[in-house]
Amino acid sequence: MLQISCPFCGPRNEVEFVYGGPLKNRRPDDISQIDDTTWIDYLTVPKNPLGPVQERWWHVRGCGCWLTITRDTRSHDIIESEIES
Amino acid sequence: MQSYSIFSLARNALSGHQNWSKAWRSPPLKKRYDVIIIGAGGHGLATAYYLAKNHGITNVAVLEKGWLGGGNIARNTVTIRSNYMRDESIPFYVKSVKLYEGLTKELNYNLMYSKRSMIDVVQTYPKLREIKRRMFNGDLHGSAYERIEVDELRRRIPPLTGGGPESRLPILAGMVHPSAAVCRHDAVAWSYARAADDRGVEIHQNTEVLQLLRDSTDGSINGVETNRGTVYADKVAVVVSGHTTSITDTIGLKLPLKSFNLSAFVSEPVKPIIDVIVNCPDIGVYLNQSDKGELVIGGAPDAGQSFRRDIKQQVFEDAVCSMLELFPSFKRLKLMRQWGGTLDIAHDATPIVSQTDVQGLYVSAGWWGGFKAVPAGGYTLAHLIAKNEQHELTAPFSLNRFKRLDFILEAGTTTAT
Repeated sequence: MLQISCPFCGPRNEVEFVYGGPLKNRRPDDISQIDDTTWIDYLTVPKNPLGPVQERWWHVRGCGCWLTITRDTRSHDIIESEIES
Repeated sequence: MQSYSIFSLARNALSGHQNWSKAWRSPPLKKRYDVIIIGAGGHGLATAYYLAKNHGITNVAVLEKGWLGGGNIARNTVTIRSNYMRDESIPFYVKSVKLYEGLTKELNYNLMYSKRSMIDVVQTYPKLREIKRRMFNGDLHGSAYERIEVDELRRRIPPLTGGGPESRLPILAGMVHPSAAVCRHDAVAWSYARAADDRGVEIHQNTEVLQLLRDSTDGSINGVETNRGTVYADKVAVVVSGHTTSITDTIGLKLPLKSFNLSAFVSEPVKPIIDVIVNCPDIGVYLNQSDKGELVIGGAPDAGQSFRRDIKQQVFEDAVCSMLELFPSFKRLKLMRQWGGTLDIAHDATPIVSQTDVQGLYVSAGWWGGFKAVPAGGYTLAHLIAKNEQHELTAPFSLNRFKRLDFILEAGTTTAT
């Protein structure tokens, strides 16, 4: 079970949170200038690292904030968590 | 290959079971093969078998980082079914169900195949509409799916006493998929391994692929780097379930896959109480009773991406709570073992059986519980490797669908992601 550090509420149990998916790919800057491959990669290829992944969690049964955490997909260790601006 | 029969059993019983021959060899690793298959799980071994049987390609090595059949083929809930939604998917799974039916005979190995129907316990109208749509589409492709009313549902599943009119989600109807079956999962891996080995395929356990190797001139694949040295081949198939991207990342090939943890657990053995596979899609739990009497129970996947093979406490609790809503009498069952596996899935929930941008590299991935697809997956991937063209059943499963942004959004894959 994850223990997610919320900046307002402190370390809280995972059951208080709702998973919001991995951080989306960054949209290419000028989409009129890029080729199809770059655009399709942006749309379809998610990051699937054997290691740290960035993802969003919503502290819905707590303060209601959205957090971005960096979590290791092998160990579930949370390396970093910060509040979304 | 030593044939298994009542006579061989009697003969070996007389000699104290000391003279059974090994089911497969452990030959030394050669420097070069025609085809390397990474992953000795269900799909990898089935692919090797059909390459040898249907296409006469026997100079094949199956490389496995752990032990044979220790991955997802050992970690599933053994359900074989074909109640999918899309025209592209159903014929493939119908073929797989059909191949499974004849597999015990074909491979001379008792798979303990047991056809026993799957019954969906439907508790919401959106789910009922979705399953009804799958019923109509299944009719077009010869995959039967029938509605039954609540009385009949409770008659066929006696311990289903929850979900009454006063409950949170009253049961609305049941949907029966009569061709669904279960069979012994280990036997699938072992029987394919034995039959492939008999035809000359080499299986190398404890041989971890560290890196794919590309030809420096034309960029095509020319082998793999393993913990036991370099092995060369012009054709390499990645059939490793959850770790597909970990392997293709080594040559910078991007695939539209994410890996998740899906887990299951079993109860202590009890007398026969359920003779069908029960699926409760609205509360996210499914179960069947094994021949030993244990209830095999599965729930929803862990939410975030994961490469772990254990079960998270609250995933486990959620599945148990859901089950007890419908099966309150299971409250006193002791749970004996739990486990998890790493599965990968594309965002359209349809598998990938495809050539890639790297010449000579094939992938079979995104199965999300590919147990039911093992025979047909191996059959079609072998066809693709041998002939360099898609089998008609998996033509829609090619990676090209992502290039055209022409997805096959599949609702029949059991998933909550």
